Amino acid sequence: MLLDAHLILAGFRSYATYRAATIAGLFTNIVFGFLRGAILLAAIRQAGDIGGYSTTDALAYVWLTQGLIAVIAIWNWNELALRIESGDIATDLTRPIDPQRYWLARDFGRAAYALCIRGIGPVAVGFVLFDVTVPPDVWQWMSFVVSVALAVWISFGLRFIVNLAPIWLRDWRGALIVSNVLATLMSGFLMPIAWFPHWARVVMHALPWAGTTQAPIDVFLGKASGPSGIATIGLQAAWGFALFVCGRFALIAGTRKLVVHGG
Amino acid sequence: MNVVETHGLTKNFVVYERNGLIRRTREVRTAVADVSFSVAAGEMVGYVGPNGAGKSTTVKILTGILVPDAGTCSVAGFVPHKRRLELARRIGVVFGQRSNLWWDLPLIESFDLLRHLYRVDHQKHQANLDECVERLALEDVLKTPVRQLSLGQRMRGELTAALLHGPTVLFLDEPTIGLDVVSKAAVRDFLADLNRDRNTTVLLTTHDLDDIERLCKRLLIIDHGTVIYDGGLNELRDEYEPYRTLVVDLVTSGSPLAIDGAETVKVDGPRQWLRFHRDRYSASELINRVGEVAEIRDLTIEEPDIESVVAKIYTRQT
Ligand SMILES: Nc1ncnc2c1ncn2[C@@H]1O[C@H](COP(=O)(O)OP(=O)(O)O)[C@@H](O)[C@H]1O
Ligand SMILES: [Mg+2]
Repeated sequence: MLLDAHLILAGFRSYATYRAATIAGLFTNIVFGFLRGAILLAAIRQAGDIGGYSTTDALAYVWLTQGLIAVIAIWNWNELALRIESGDIATDLTRPIDPQRYWLARDFGRAAYALCIRGIGPVAVGFVLFDVTVPPDVWQWMSFVVSVALAVWISFGLRFIVNLAPIWLRDWRGALIVSNVLATLMSGFLMPIAWFPHWARVVMHALPWAGTTQAPIDVFLGKASGPSGIATIGLQAAWGFALFVCGRFALIAGTRKLVVHGG
Repeated sequence: MNVVETHGLTKNFVVYERNGLIRRTREVRTAVADVSFSVAAGEMVGYVGPNGAGKSTTVKILTGILVPDAGTCSVAGFVPHKRRLELARRIGVVFGQRSNLWWDLPLIESFDLLRHLYRVDHQKHQANLDECVERLALEDVLKTPVRQLSLGQRMRGELTAALLHGPTVLFLDEPTIGLDVVSKAAVRDFLADLNRDRNTTVLLTTHDLDDIERLCKRLLIIDHGTVIYDGGLNELRDEYEPYRTLVVDLVTSGSPLAIDGAETVKVDGPRQWLRFHRDRYSASELINRVGEVAEIRDLTIEEPDIESVVAKIYTRQT
């Protein structure tokens, strides 16, 4: 456990050296927050509450998801894939630590750093400037925090598997693009899952991507509270675990098949 | 006791070459073929060969990263690919073209993190660190982020990183690649001391023969995946390049010396070069012979450089 703490801290410190990228990302996330907010509000004004989202719900949704982007990092993370492609993975494998454990800890460090600036930044802007829904009690706040942590775990589980792709596929970048598209569509980031037709909602809620974005939002907004809140968080935990196990098997198969490239 | 042992180690890579849009040809490339050798505790062995000979592949098998297709090996008593994590605590590995360090963090933080990764107790870690920092002159760069280090500084950092947990075997894959003369010398001196003072077993992969000349009594030469020489450096010279050259500075310039069993290959004023077979003369015998016919002011013996010896082996192979 102490080791994991050190790895998390090292991950945090590594990512913290990229200050300019952090500021640029923060700026972009805020600008897009205004854009997405304007679009959703326009839609709601036209159609009335959609899928049970009031204007204050919709604004909370927009600014929370803008804050979650960097924290869960469901798009484009390719650090591990690049190490496999270049063969640098060789040095990771000479260390006395399981690579999955190593990368998970590092990812929590990354997420913690992202939370501090790119997570809190957009949420602070949105919540100060607009009238948004906030949880009524501490209990709901705490559930939200747990749900976000699980979202990072699920997101990592998905990314870990996709990042192992270069072991089998030379064109792993294609796999990454597919995973980006799926994440955008299925996570509830494009628009709230509640806005989709009934059949799509059922499917999307059951899949792991919802656990990265829509689940924490539902918990925050109280759309999943009481038993349904427990079910939402329970499903997140189940997906986190299932993906971890899948990642485990993929890693075992991959290490056996691994061909380390380059000198 | 043998720290490293291999029998009939073989590794093939399958490569697909695309010709045309859809058609690809499958080709099996043998990187390591039937390699057998052993390294005793405390030995420092040079593993030499041209690019693509199979050196790195061997190191990757011995460190448990690659699974061999055939043959067996053991390192520090473990079958590497079956017990990779346990083996990792007992070995140190440096891949000259890669990094063991965390690019974004100051050097010292990489070292701290490695202490936790390898679960080294604080005192042992500190003692090892102090020693490396002093011998490799790293004091001034400990707080510098790794990505800002020069190659020479980084490589000294890599060596430190590989040694902090006190490994019994050290695998060095081209540790001097790309280094300037001064950094190379620093790394070599350090390795020589390490092997002498701590009795660490070292397998040193290189295509820089000066490394070997300076560090290793024994060398393995590999070419096209096969070990073609395993023995001492001096024996290698004797076997493949038995000629040496005596360079004499005579008191007076004159015609080439004519000495039975030695060939005067070059004359430059009072300086003459005599090439002789080591079975025919010992150096002192030849010097006496020369002394009988001319007055010598100064002399040196030139040993064949190992580079030309190895070049000879390679050409004899093909
Ligand atoms: N991942 C790989 N895929 C295909 N061929 C490889 C791979 N790694 C090494 N090889 C081939 O195996 C041979 C030996 O490579 P390597 O062990 O890296 O040589 P060295 O370290 O002696 O330069 C080379 O012909 C190289 O092209
Ligand atoms: Mg190599």
